[in-house]
Amino acid sequence: MTTADTTASPPDLPALARQARWQVIKAVTGAKAGHIGGPLSMMDLLVSLYFTELNIRVEEPEWPDRDRFVLSKGHAAIGLYSVLALRGFLPVSELSTFDKADSRLQGHPDVTRLPGLDSSTGSLGQGLSVGVGMALGAQLAKKDFHTWVMLGDGEIQEGMVWEAVQLAARYKLSNLTAIVDRNGLQQFGLPSTSETTGTDRGDRRDPWFGVDLSAVFQAFGWRVIELNGHDFDQIHNSYQLARAGDFNGRPTVLIAHTVKGKGLSLAEGAHTWHSIVPSPDDFEKARQELEPDEIELLDSYAHAQQRSQV
Amino acid sequence: MRAMRDVWGEKLVQLGDTDPRTVVVDGDLANSTKADNFAKAHPDRFVQIGIAEQNLIGTAAGLAAVGCVPWTSSFTVFLTHRALDPIRMLVAQSHANVKIAGSYSGLLIGAVGKTHLDIQDLAIMRAMPGMTVLAPADEHELLSMMDWAQAMTGPVYLRLVRDVVPDVFDSSYVFEPGAIHVLRPGSDVALVSTGPQTSRVLAASDQLAAEGVHAAVVHVPSLKPLDTQALRMALQGSQLVVTVEEHSVHGGLGGLVAEELSSGSSRPRIERIGVADGWGESASNEFMLDKHGLSPDRICDRVRSLLATAVSR
Repeated sequence: MTTADTTASPPDLPALARQARWQVIKAVTGAKAGHIGGPLSMMDLLVSLYFTELNIRVEEPEWPDRDRFVLSKGHAAIGLYSVLALRGFLPVSELSTFDKADSRLQGHPDVTRLPGLDSSTGSLGQGLSVGVGMALGAQLAKKDFHTWVMLGDGEIQEGMVWEAVQLAARYKLSNLTAIVDRNGLQQFGLPSTSETTGTDRGDRRDPWFGVDLSAVFQAFGWRVIELNGHDFDQIHNSYQLARAGDFNGRPTVLIAHTVKGKGLSLAEGAHTWHSIVPSPDDFEKARQELEPDEIELLDSYAHAQQRSQV
Repeated sequence: MRAMRDVWGEKLVQLGDTDPRTVVVDGDLANSTKADNFAKAHPDRFVQIGIAEQNLIGTAAGLAAVGCVPWTSSFTVFLTHRALDPIRMLVAQSHANVKIAGSYSGLLIGAVGKTHLDIQDLAIMRAMPGMTVLAPADEHELLSMMDWAQAMTGPVYLRLVRDVVPDVFDSSYVFEPGAIHVLRPGSDVALVSTGPQTSRVLAASDQLAAEGVHAAVVHVPSLKPLDTQALRMALQGSQLVVTVEEHSVHGGLGGLVAEELSSGSSRPRIERIGVADGWGESASNEFMLDKHGLSPDRICDRVRSLLATAVSR
């Protein structure tokens, strides 16, 4: 299903994910702004999507029949930019312009600036509606591209998400897949009152404590697949199932259990790394864990440019 | 002279006939807005979002992103207020090719009360960079605007009213974005209006003329973009400019005219007729027009009073 160079060997997904995570740390440190926890938790899902699943053309970003991808959790933009760079949509060196004046790489994705983006996002909870429109449009035009939407488990507290959930089921959008990056930590969270009142509200930072999210989606008429969002085989299999579609026409949601800050030991499971500029010490530690060997960092963008000129 | 919603509903069908990209997204109000015409004619391209206006706008943006030309069908207040953030991010900031038709704008929508009246839509939509903001005076202007909106790529907000509105133009009318229309010359006062309010301003101008007061009438159908140079030229030499709109006096046409004239060399006295800082209420159209100074008689009263104070100064 992919238009990736078929003569090349299969992509080394763990290595690419590590590279992308390192680009996130570098860009956020350079910009002195941005998010880390969320981009890192979704990274294995995103790298798998872009390198093995999405039907896209790097040399023709606006190809009308391409799969669509919406990063509804737009604050994880630098994660997407890093993957787009490694995939060849922009030079890796451009990641250093993240969040800076005149950059195509705005703090949240801006569809008017960067080819390869399919939607602007940032104000949370709106991306699934866009995905619903894209999937509906595909059905109207009798096109077989698939639409993918990455949602944060925090952002799906927004009511608009559930408006879209209803409509996707009603219109049997089996060509739509939502991925929930279920890292279980939101920025600040609900107050936990157990110390003062004895009322157990659980982990204050889990946006869905006490709620069976799978059952909720199922009750709304969606096909639900739960997976470990860091297991590349499970991710691959889930994507295949999602694309194949549900025989009842249900849209698919992949509830991907992830670890916020995954891949950087300092950040894993630490809500404090939601949005942070690493200290020089932490940056060095990240370098030791994540920095790829020189030889690993292929210039995919230059290759894509060459291909588009052929 | 027809109900604007009927004209809109029938024109949608025609756009659907001639352009297969046309899609209507409805918020369960198609039988009110008259988009039900389209639902009957093109059922496969009529999307019933249900009572979920944020999702209505988001879905429209997604449809536009894959090549459709979506037109919204809902009451304007639920779009410009409830779905304001999706309009901001997914339509205006994204320059999405979504045509936001705000039905039941203004004061004259029957006994529904302040919850359903939208008298801030022009202020809200005008503040959006990249948005085109249009308020047609009659069916001819509406039809031409719809053709124009369908043909261009980008977001458009169209202010529609429910009821029958008298003709101001005829079938030869061709809409041009930004253009203003000087419908009457006059040197004593310049009356500036938009939407169907213009027909009531013309009636007031006729009454004033019978008394020997020469009132210019300037119609501004395109609040954004606007040919500001043409507006200044049209109002040049007027000592008194009175804006008249079925909208709040804050941020709409009156605000626009005040903003534009404040930076020019000619600075006439500007008075704004419209809804003062308040909401609407359940009442008849006649009551509403009278209460807020928008009927021809009340416009004349206000102009006479303003001219009298101008003389006494």
